Amino acid sequence: MTLAEQLLSGNRLALTRLLTQVENDTPEGRAALTELFPHTGQAHLIGVTGAPGTGKSSLVNQLALHFRRQEERRVAIVAVDPSSPFTGGAVMGDRVRMRDLAGDPGVFIRSMASRGSLGGLAQTTAGLVQVFDAAGFDIILIETVGAGQAEVEIARLAHTTLVVEAPGLGDDIQAIKAGILEIADILVVNKADRPGVENTLKALRNALELAHPVRHVFQHHGRLEVVEGPDETVYNSWIPPILQTVATDGTGIQELADEIVRHAVHLRESGDWAARERSRLEAELDALLQQRLVSRFHDQVSQSRYEAVLDQIFQRELTPWEAVGRLLDGNLNP
Amino acid sequence: MSEQKTGTEQGRKIRVLVAKPGLDGHDRGAKVVARALRDAGMEVIYTGLRQTPEMIAEAALQEDVDVVGLSILSGAHMALAPRILELLKANGQEQVKVFIGGIIPDEDLPRLKKIGVAGIYGPGASTEDIIRQVRAAVTE
Repeated sequence: MTLAEQLLSGNRLALTRLLTQVENDTPEGRAALTELFPHTGQAHLIGVTGAPGTGKSSLVNQLALHFRRQEERRVAIVAVDPSSPFTGGAVMGDRVRMRDLAGDPGVFIRSMASRGSLGGLAQTTAGLVQVFDAAGFDIILIETVGAGQAEVEIARLAHTTLVVEAPGLGDDIQAIKAGILEIADILVVNKADRPGVENTLKALRNALELAHPVRHVFQHHGRLEVVEGPDETVYNSWIPPILQTVATDGTGIQELADEIVRHAVHLRESGDWAARERSRLEAELDALLQQRLVSRFHDQVSQSRYEAVLDQIFQRELTPWEAVGRLLDGNLNP
Repeated sequence: MSEQKTGTEQGRKIRVLVAKPGLDGHDRGAKVVARALRDAGMEVIYTGLRQTPEMIAEAALQEDVDVVGLSILSGAHMALAPRILELLKANGQEQVKVFIGGIIPDEDLPRLKKIGVAGIYGPGASTEDIIRQVRAAVTE
Protein backbone atom coordinates (compact mmCIF):
# COMPACT_ATOMS: atom_id res chain seq x y z
CA MET A 1 0.00 0.00 0.00
CA THR A 2 1.28 3.47 -0.79
CA LEU A 3 1.40 6.14 1.90
CA ALA A 4 -1.47 7.89 0.13
CA GLU A 5 -3.63 4.76 0.28
CA GLN A 6 -2.79 4.31 3.95
CA LEU A 7 -3.74 7.93 4.57
CA LEU A 8 -7.07 7.46 2.83
CA SER A 9 -7.78 4.54 5.11
CA GLY A 10 -7.22 6.76 8.14
CA ASN A 11 -3.64 5.97 9.15
CA ARG A 12 -2.25 8.90 11.15
CA LEU A 13 1.39 7.88 10.83
CA ALA A 14 0.98 7.82 7.05
CA LEU A 15 -0.67 11.25 7.24
CA THR A 16 2.17 12.83 9.21
CA ARG A 17 4.86 11.24 7.01
CA LEU A 18 3.13 12.41 3.86
CA LEU A 19 2.87 15.93 5.25
CA THR A 20 6.65 15.89 5.65
CA GLN A 21 7.19 14.59 2.12
CA VAL A 22 4.94 17.27 0.69
CA GLU A 23 6.50 19.98 2.84
CA ASN A 24 9.94 18.98 1.57
CA ASP A 25 8.65 18.78 -2.00
CA THR A 26 10.13 15.33 -2.53
CA PRO A 27 9.29 13.13 -5.56
CA GLU A 28 7.29 10.87 -3.19
CA GLY A 29 5.38 13.90 -1.94
CA ARG A 30 4.53 15.01 -5.46
CA ALA A 31 3.43 11.54 -6.45
CA ALA A 32 1.18 11.38 -3.39
CA LEU A 33 -0.40 14.75 -4.20
CA THR A 34 -1.21 13.43 -7.65
CA GLU A 35 -2.77 10.35 -6.13
CA LEU A 36 -4.73 12.36 -3.57
CA PHE A 37 -5.93 15.13 -5.86
CA PRO A 38 -9.27 13.46 -6.80
CA HIS A 39 -10.10 13.28 -3.07
CA THR A 40 -9.62 17.01 -2.47
CA GLY A 41 -12.02 19.93 -2.76
CA GLN A 42 -14.27 18.96 0.15
CA ALA A 43 -12.92 20.96 3.10
CA HIS A 44 -13.72 24.52 4.11
CA LEU A 45 -10.38 26.35 4.16
CA ILE A 46 -10.28 29.17 6.68
CA GLY A 47 -7.32 31.54 6.72
CA VAL A 48 -6.36 33.48 9.83
CA THR A 49 -3.97 36.38 9.37
CA GLY A 50 -3.00 39.59 11.13
CA ALA A 51 -0.11 41.36 12.81
CA PRO A 52 2.07 39.50 15.33
CA GLY A 53 0.58 39.52 18.80
CA THR A 54 -3.04 40.04 17.79
CA GLY A 55 -3.91 36.59 19.12
CA LYS A 56 -4.20 34.49 15.98
CA SER A 57 -3.13 31.24 17.64
CA SER A 58 -5.52 31.68 20.57
CA LEU A 59 -8.33 32.43 18.17
CA VAL A 60 -7.54 29.37 16.08
CA ASN A 61 -7.56 27.33 19.29
CA GLN A 62 -11.01 28.62 20.23
CA LEU A 63 -12.44 28.16 16.75
CA ALA A 64 -11.16 24.59 16.60
CA LEU A 65 -12.69 23.87 20.02
CA HIS A 66 -15.97 25.33 18.86
CA PHE A 67 -16.12 23.35 15.61
CA ARG A 68 -15.29 20.18 17.54
CA ARG A 69 -17.73 20.65 20.41
CA GLN A 70 -20.69 22.31 18.71
CA GLU A 71 -20.53 20.72 15.30
CA GLU A 72 -18.30 17.67 15.65
CA ARG A 73 -16.36 18.57 12.54
CA ARG A 74 -12.87 17.18 12.06
CA VAL A 75 -10.40 20.05 12.24
CA ALA A 76 -6.87 20.36 10.88
CA ILE A 77 -4.63 23.31 11.70
CA VAL A 78 -1.63 24.44 9.67
CA ALA A 79 0.31 27.06 11.62
CA VAL A 80 3.04 28.87 9.70
CA ASP A 81 5.86 30.62 11.56
CA PRO A 82 8.85 32.47 10.14
CA SER A 83 12.20 30.85 9.40
CA SER A 84 15.33 32.77 10.27
CA PRO A 85 16.68 34.41 7.10
CA PHE A 86 20.20 33.83 8.45
CA THR A 87 20.27 30.24 9.65
CA GLY A 88 17.10 28.80 8.13
CA GLY A 89 16.08 27.62 11.58
CA ALA A 90 12.79 28.36 13.29
CA VAL A 91 11.13 28.22 16.66
CA MET A 92 7.42 27.54 16.32
CA GLY A 93 5.31 28.25 19.36
CA ASP A 94 1.72 28.10 18.14
CA ARG A 95 1.05 24.84 19.97
CA VAL A 96 1.60 26.63 23.29
CA ARG A 97 -1.74 28.40 22.74
CA MET A 98 -3.46 25.28 21.49
CA ARG A 99 -3.06 22.95 24.44
CA ASP A 100 -6.85 22.75 24.92
CA LEU A 101 -6.95 20.69 21.74
CA ALA A 102 -4.57 18.00 23.00
CA GLY A 103 -6.00 14.53 23.35
CA ASP A 104 -8.74 15.03 20.76
CA PRO A 105 -8.22 12.61 17.85
CA GLY A 106 -10.47 14.82 15.69
CA VAL A 107 -7.86 17.58 15.67
CA PHE A 108 -4.51 17.50 13.91
CA ILE A 109 -2.07 20.39 14.29
CA ARG A 110 0.94 20.82 12.05
CA SER A 111 3.51 23.61 12.48
CA MET A 112 5.29 24.79 9.40
CA ALA A 113 8.29 27.10 8.97
CA SER A 114 8.04 29.63 6.15
CA ARG A 115 11.45 28.58 4.72
CA GLY A 116 12.22 31.84 2.99
CA SER A 117 8.80 32.37 1.44
CA LEU A 118 7.58 35.95 1.84
CA GLY A 119 3.82 35.92 1.33
CA GLY A 120 2.90 34.84 4.87
CA LEU A 121 2.72 31.16 3.92
CA ALA A 122 5.38 28.60 3.06
CA GLN A 123 5.87 27.45 -0.52
CA THR A 124 4.22 24.10 0.18
CA THR A 125 1.42 25.20 2.51
CA ALA A 126 -1.17 24.65 -0.23
CA GLY A 127 0.16 21.10 -0.62
CA LEU A 128 -0.22 20.37 3.09
CA VAL A 129 -3.75 21.69 2.96
CA GLN A 130 -4.54 19.32 0.10
CA VAL A 131 -3.24 16.38 2.10
CA PHE A 132 -5.51 17.29 5.04
CA ASP A 133 -8.41 17.82 2.64
CA ALA A 134 -7.92 14.35 1.14
CA ALA A 135 -7.59 12.88 4.64
CA GLY A 136 -11.18 13.95 5.28
CA PHE A 137 -10.80 16.94 7.58
CA ASP A 138 -13.93 19.10 7.25
CA ILE A 139 -12.35 22.33 8.35
CA ILE A 140 -8.77 23.41 7.78
CA LEU A 141 -7.59 26.45 9.70
CA ILE A 142 -4.50 28.05 8.19
CA GLU A 143 -2.66 30.47 10.44
CA THR A 144 -0.20 32.71 8.61
CA VAL A 145 3.07 34.20 9.74
CA GLY A 146 2.39 37.37 11.76
CA ALA A 147 1.58 39.54 8.80
CA GLY A 148 1.72 43.23 8.13
CA GLN A 149 0.65 44.71 4.87
CA ALA A 150 1.84 42.61 1.97
CA GLU A 151 1.29 39.05 3.16
CA VAL A 152 -1.91 38.47 1.28
CA GLU A 153 -1.29 35.03 -0.24
CA ILE A 154 -3.67 33.47 2.24
CA ALA A 155 -6.63 35.02 0.41
CA ARG A 156 -5.70 33.03 -2.65
CA LEU A 157 -5.62 29.78 -0.71
CA ALA A 158 -8.52 30.10 1.73
CA HIS A 159 -12.25 30.20 1.07
CA THR A 160 -12.77 32.46 4.07
CA THR A 161 -10.10 34.86 5.28
CA LEU A 162 -10.15 36.28 8.80
CA VAL A 163 -8.04 39.35 9.41
CA VAL A 164 -7.33 39.75 13.11
CA GLU A 165 -6.69 43.14 14.65
CA ALA A 166 -6.20 44.21 18.23
CA PRO A 167 -6.62 47.56 19.98
CA GLY A 168 -3.68 49.92 20.04
CA LEU A 169 -1.79 48.76 16.97
CA GLY A 170 -2.16 51.63 14.55
CA ASP A 171 -4.19 54.63 13.49
CA ASP A 172 -6.83 54.87 10.80
CA ILE A 173 -4.30 55.50 8.05
CA GLN A 174 -3.01 51.96 8.62
CA ALA A 175 -6.55 50.80 8.05
CA ILE A 176 -6.95 52.42 4.64
CA LYS A 177 -3.59 51.32 3.25
CA ALA A 178 -3.85 48.78 0.51
CA GLY A 179 -3.37 45.16 1.36
CA ILE A 180 -4.39 43.16 4.29
CA LEU A 181 -7.80 44.73 5.00
CA GLU A 182 -8.82 44.28 1.40
CA ILE A 183 -8.47 40.52 1.69
CA ALA A 184 -10.67 40.21 4.78
CA ASP A 185 -13.93 38.31 4.48
CA ILE A 186 -14.38 38.76 8.21
CA LEU A 187 -12.64 41.30 10.41
CA VAL A 188 -11.98 40.28 13.98
CA VAL A 189 -11.03 42.71 16.71
CA ASN A 190 -9.51 40.40 19.26
CA LYS A 191 -8.54 41.41 22.81
CA ALA A 192 -11.77 43.42 22.76
CA ASP A 193 -11.63 43.78 26.53
CA ARG A 194 -8.64 46.07 26.18
CA PRO A 195 -8.78 49.88 26.24
CA GLY A 196 -8.87 51.52 22.83
CA VAL A 197 -11.19 48.97 21.28
CA GLU A 198 -13.69 51.69 20.27
CA ASN A 199 -11.03 53.48 18.24
CA THR A 200 -10.03 50.30 16.48
CA LEU A 201 -13.64 49.50 15.64
CA LYS A 202 -14.25 53.01 14.36
CA ALA A 203 -11.14 52.97 12.16
CA LEU A 204 -12.12 49.62 10.69
CA ARG A 205 -15.72 50.72 10.06
CA ASN A 206 -14.52 53.84 8.29
CA ALA A 207 -12.06 51.87 6.20
CA LEU A 208 -14.73 49.38 5.25
CA GLU A 209 -17.16 52.06 4.28
CA LEU A 210 -14.60 53.51 1.90
CA ALA A 211 -14.05 50.10 0.41
CA HIS A 212 -17.73 49.17 0.18
CA PRO A 213 -19.77 52.33 -0.42
CA VAL A 214 -23.34 51.69 0.55
CA ARG A 215 -26.55 53.23 -0.65
CA HIS A 216 -27.41 56.24 1.48
CA VAL A 217 -30.94 57.63 1.72
CA PHE A 218 -31.20 60.89 3.62
CA GLN A 219 -33.24 64.05 4.04
CA HIS A 220 -31.90 66.97 2.07
CA HIS A 221 -33.85 70.29 1.98
CA GLY A 222 -36.99 68.42 2.91
CA ARG A 223 -36.70 65.82 0.16
CA LEU A 224 -35.50 62.24 0.26
CA GLU A 225 -32.26 61.98 -1.62
CA VAL A 226 -30.65 58.73 -2.67
CA VAL A 227 -26.94 58.48 -3.22
CA GLU A 228 -26.02 55.30 -5.01
CA GLY A 229 -22.83 53.35 -4.54
CA PRO A 230 -20.71 53.19 -7.66
CA ASP A 231 -21.98 49.83 -8.82
CA GLU A 232 -25.27 47.99 -8.39
CA THR A 233 -23.50 44.67 -7.90
CA VAL A 234 -21.99 46.04 -4.71
CA TYR A 235 -25.34 45.47 -2.99
CA ASN A 236 -25.26 41.77 -3.67
CA SER A 237 -21.69 41.29 -2.63
CA TRP A 238 -20.39 40.31 0.77
CA ILE A 239 -19.58 43.16 3.12
CA PRO A 240 -17.07 41.98 5.71
CA PRO A 241 -18.60 42.01 9.18
CA ILE A 242 -16.54 43.30 12.10
CA LEU A 243 -16.62 41.07 15.15
CA GLN A 244 -15.23 41.44 18.64
CA THR A 245 -13.63 38.55 20.48
CA VAL A 246 -11.62 37.80 23.57
CA ALA A 247 -9.86 34.61 22.52
CA THR A 248 -8.43 33.91 25.96
CA ASP A 249 -11.90 33.39 27.48
CA GLY A 250 -13.97 32.51 24.41
CA THR A 251 -16.06 35.69 24.26
CA GLY A 252 -17.51 36.23 20.78
CA ILE A 253 -16.38 32.88 19.38
CA GLN A 254 -19.93 31.60 18.79
CA GLU A 255 -20.75 34.74 16.76
CA LEU A 256 -17.51 34.45 14.82
CA ALA A 257 -18.15 30.79 13.98
CA ASP A 258 -21.69 31.72 12.86
CA GLU A 259 -20.27 34.35 10.50
CA ILE A 260 -17.79 31.85 9.09
CA VAL A 261 -20.63 29.45 8.32
CA ARG A 262 -22.72 32.30 6.89
CA HIS A 263 -19.79 33.24 4.64
CA ALA A 264 -19.51 29.68 3.36
CA VAL A 265 -23.23 29.71 2.53
CA HIS A 266 -22.83 33.06 0.80
CA LEU A 267 -19.92 31.73 -1.27
CA ARG A 268 -21.91 28.74 -2.42
CA GLU A 269 -25.10 30.65 -3.19
CA SER A 270 -23.36 33.46 -5.05
CA GLY A 271 -21.15 31.15 -7.08
CA ASP A 272 -18.06 32.68 -5.47
CA TRP A 273 -17.01 29.33 -4.01
CA ALA A 274 -16.48 27.93 -7.48
CA ALA A 275 -14.90 31.16 -8.68
CA ARG A 276 -12.42 31.16 -5.81
CA GLU A 277 -11.67 27.49 -6.28
CA ARG A 278 -10.98 28.12 -9.94
CA SER A 279 -8.72 31.12 -9.35
CA ARG A 280 -6.86 29.20 -6.65
CA LEU A 281 -6.25 26.34 -9.04
CA GLU A 282 -5.18 28.86 -11.67
CA ALA A 283 -2.63 30.38 -9.27
CA GLU A 284 -1.38 26.90 -8.46
CA LEU A 285 -1.07 26.00 -12.12
CA ASP A 286 0.80 29.22 -12.84
CA ALA A 287 3.18 28.61 -9.94
CA LEU A 288 3.88 25.08 -11.15
CA LEU A 289 4.43 26.29 -14.71
CA GLN A 290 6.88 28.89 -13.47
CA GLN A 291 8.76 26.35 -11.38
CA ARG A 292 8.92 23.91 -14.26
CA LEU A 293 10.03 26.56 -16.76
CA VAL A 294 12.72 27.82 -14.43
CA SER A 295 14.06 24.34 -13.81
CA ARG A 296 13.92 23.56 -17.56
CA PHE A 297 15.86 26.76 -18.14
CA HIS A 298 18.50 25.66 -15.65
CA ASP A 299 18.70 22.24 -17.30
CA GLN A 300 19.29 23.78 -20.72
CA VAL A 301 21.50 26.73 -19.92
CA SER A 302 24.76 25.98 -18.17
CA GLN A 303 25.69 27.83 -15.02
CA SER A 304 28.87 29.09 -16.68
CA ARG A 305 26.93 30.59 -19.57
CA TYR A 306 24.59 32.21 -17.07
CA GLU A 307 27.55 33.60 -15.11
CA ALA A 308 29.16 34.89 -18.29
CA VAL A 309 26.04 36.82 -19.25
CA LEU A 310 25.74 38.11 -15.67
CA ASP A 311 29.32 39.36 -15.94
CA GLN A 312 28.44 41.21 -19.12
CA ILE A 313 25.55 42.92 -17.37
CA PHE A 314 27.83 43.78 -14.47
CA GLN A 315 30.33 45.32 -16.92
CA ARG A 316 27.46 47.31 -18.43
CA GLU A 317 28.04 45.67 -21.81
CA LEU A 318 24.56 44.22 -21.84
CA THR A 319 21.26 45.38 -20.38
CA PRO A 320 19.30 42.90 -18.25
CA TRP A 321 16.57 42.88 -20.93
CA GLU A 322 19.03 42.02 -23.69
CA ALA A 323 20.53 39.38 -21.44
CA VAL A 324 17.18 37.67 -20.98
CA GLY A 325 16.70 37.62 -24.75
CA ARG A 326 20.14 36.13 -25.24
CA LEU A 327 19.75 33.46 -22.53
CA LEU A 328 16.33 32.38 -23.76
CA ASP A 329 17.23 32.43 -27.44
CA GLY A 330 16.89 28.91 -28.75
CA ASN A 331 16.26 27.54 -25.26
CA LEU A 332 13.14 26.46 -23.39
CA ASN A 333 11.94 24.33 -26.28
CA PRO A 334 10.09 21.36 -24.93
CA MET B 1 14.31 25.50 -6.23
CA SER B 2 16.75 27.88 -4.71
CA GLU B 3 19.44 26.35 -2.59
CA GLN B 4 18.82 27.28 1.00
CA LYS B 5 20.75 26.43 4.10
CA THR B 6 19.43 23.29 5.63
CA GLY B 7 19.59 21.62 8.99
CA THR B 8 20.76 18.29 7.62
CA GLU B 9 23.24 17.03 5.14
CA GLN B 10 20.53 15.30 3.06
CA GLY B 11 18.65 18.54 2.65
CA ARG B 12 15.84 17.64 5.01
CA LYS B 13 15.45 20.00 7.95
CA ILE B 14 15.92 18.47 11.37
CA ARG B 15 12.65 18.90 13.24
CA VAL B 16 12.78 18.96 17.02
CA LEU B 17 9.98 18.98 19.58
CA VAL B 18 11.03 20.75 22.77
CA ALA B 19 8.67 19.83 25.57
CA LYS B 20 8.35 20.23 29.31
CA PRO B 21 6.60 17.29 30.90
CA GLY B 22 5.62 17.30 34.54
CA LEU B 23 4.74 20.07 36.90
CA ASP B 24 7.79 22.29 37.31
CA GLY B 25 7.34 25.71 35.78
CA HIS B 26 10.91 26.67 35.00
CA ASP B 27 11.33 26.80 31.24
CA ARG B 28 14.35 29.02 30.75
CA GLY B 29 16.63 26.09 29.95
CA ALA B 30 14.16 24.71 27.42
CA LYS B 31 13.95 28.09 25.70
CA VAL B 32 17.72 28.53 25.60
CA VAL B 33 18.10 25.13 23.96
CA ALA B 34 15.21 25.81 21.54
CA ARG B 35 16.89 28.98 20.43
CA ALA B 36 20.31 27.36 20.09
CA LEU B 37 18.85 24.62 17.90
CA ARG B 38 17.11 27.26 15.80
CA ASP B 39 20.41 29.07 15.35
CA ALA B 40 21.87 25.77 14.19
CA GLY B 41 19.31 25.75 11.38
CA MET B 42 16.82 23.33 12.90
CA GLU B 43 13.05 23.70 13.04
CA VAL B 44 11.97 23.64 16.64
CA ILE B 45 8.41 23.18 17.83
CA TYR B 46 7.97 24.43 21.38
CA THR B 47 5.00 23.03 23.30
CA GLY B 48 5.05 25.01 26.52
CA LEU B 49 4.72 23.89 30.11
CA ARG B 50 3.06 21.01 31.92
CA GLN B 51 2.71 18.51 29.12
CA THR B 52 1.63 14.96 29.83
CA PRO B 53 3.53 12.10 28.16
CA GLU B 54 0.43 11.52 26.00
CA MET B 55 0.42 15.15 24.82
CA ILE B 56 4.11 14.98 23.99
CA ALA B 57 3.85 11.75 22.01
CA GLU B 58 0.82 13.06 20.13
CA ALA B 59 2.62 16.32 19.26
CA ALA B 60 5.67 14.34 18.12
CA LEU B 61 3.42 12.32 15.81
CA GLN B 62 1.55 15.31 14.38
CA GLU B 63 4.77 17.22 13.78
CA ASP B 64 6.70 14.19 12.45
CA VAL B 65 9.79 15.24 14.38
CA ASP B 66 13.20 13.57 14.31
CA VAL B 67 14.03 14.49 17.87
CA VAL B 68 12.17 15.06 21.13
CA GLY B 69 13.96 17.18 23.73
CA LEU B 70 12.56 16.93 27.23
CA SER B 71 13.29 19.44 29.95
CA ILE B 72 12.70 17.87 33.35
CA LEU B 73 13.64 19.58 36.58
CA SER B 74 11.04 18.01 38.83
CA GLY B 75 12.83 14.74 39.57
CA ALA B 76 10.09 12.76 37.87
CA HIS B 77 12.28 11.72 34.93
CA MET B 78 12.27 8.02 35.84
CA ALA B 79 8.49 8.00 35.51
CA LEU B 80 8.13 10.37 32.57
CA ALA B 81 10.92 9.37 30.19
CA PRO B 82 10.12 5.63 29.94
CA ARG B 83 6.45 6.41 29.41
CA ILE B 84 7.19 8.86 26.59
CA LEU B 85 9.53 6.39 24.86
CA GLU B 86 6.86 3.72 25.16
CA LEU B 87 4.18 5.95 23.62
CA LEU B 88 6.46 7.03 20.75
CA LYS B 89 7.06 3.36 20.00
CA ALA B 90 3.35 2.55 20.19
CA ASN B 91 2.73 5.28 17.59
CA GLY B 92 5.28 3.77 15.21
CA GLN B 93 7.85 6.46 15.92
CA GLU B 94 10.59 4.30 17.41
CA GLN B 95 13.15 6.09 15.19
CA VAL B 96 12.64 9.36 17.08
CA LYS B 97 15.65 10.27 19.25
CA VAL B 98 14.91 11.43 22.77
CA PHE B 99 17.18 13.82 24.65
CA ILE B 100 16.76 15.00 28.23
CA GLY B 101 17.98 18.17 29.88
CA GLY B 102 17.60 19.01 33.53
CA ILE B 103 18.58 17.79 36.94
CA ILE B 104 19.28 14.09 36.53
CA PRO B 105 21.23 12.27 39.28
CA ASP B 106 24.21 10.24 38.04
CA GLU B 107 22.81 6.96 39.31
CA ASP B 108 19.82 7.29 36.94
CA LEU B 109 21.94 7.75 33.81
CA PRO B 110 22.61 4.07 33.03
CA ARG B 111 18.95 3.12 33.19
CA LEU B 112 17.86 6.05 31.04
CA LYS B 113 20.51 5.17 28.46
CA LYS B 114 19.41 1.57 28.59
CA ILE B 115 15.80 2.35 27.73
CA GLY B 116 17.01 4.33 24.72
CA VAL B 117 17.52 7.96 25.74
CA ALA B 118 20.03 9.34 23.23
CA GLY B 119 21.58 12.07 25.37
CA ILE B 120 21.31 13.57 28.85
CA TYR B 121 22.48 17.05 29.82
CA GLY B 122 22.77 18.68 33.22
CA PRO B 123 23.33 22.28 34.26
CA GLY B 124 26.28 23.84 32.45
CA ALA B 125 26.08 21.60 29.38
CA SER B 126 27.22 23.47 26.30
CA THR B 127 24.71 24.09 23.53
CA GLU B 128 27.45 23.23 20.99
CA ASP B 129 27.63 19.72 22.43
CA ILE B 130 23.87 19.37 22.29
CA ILE B 131 23.69 20.54 18.68
CA ARG B 132 26.53 18.25 17.60
CA GLN B 133 25.02 15.22 19.29
CA VAL B 134 21.51 15.91 18.00
CA ARG B 135 22.89 16.15 14.47
CA ALA B 136 24.90 12.99 14.88
CA ALA B 137 21.95 11.07 16.31
CA VAL B 138 19.66 12.06 13.46
CA THR B 139 22.08 11.38 10.64
CA GLU B 140 23.42 8.09 12.00
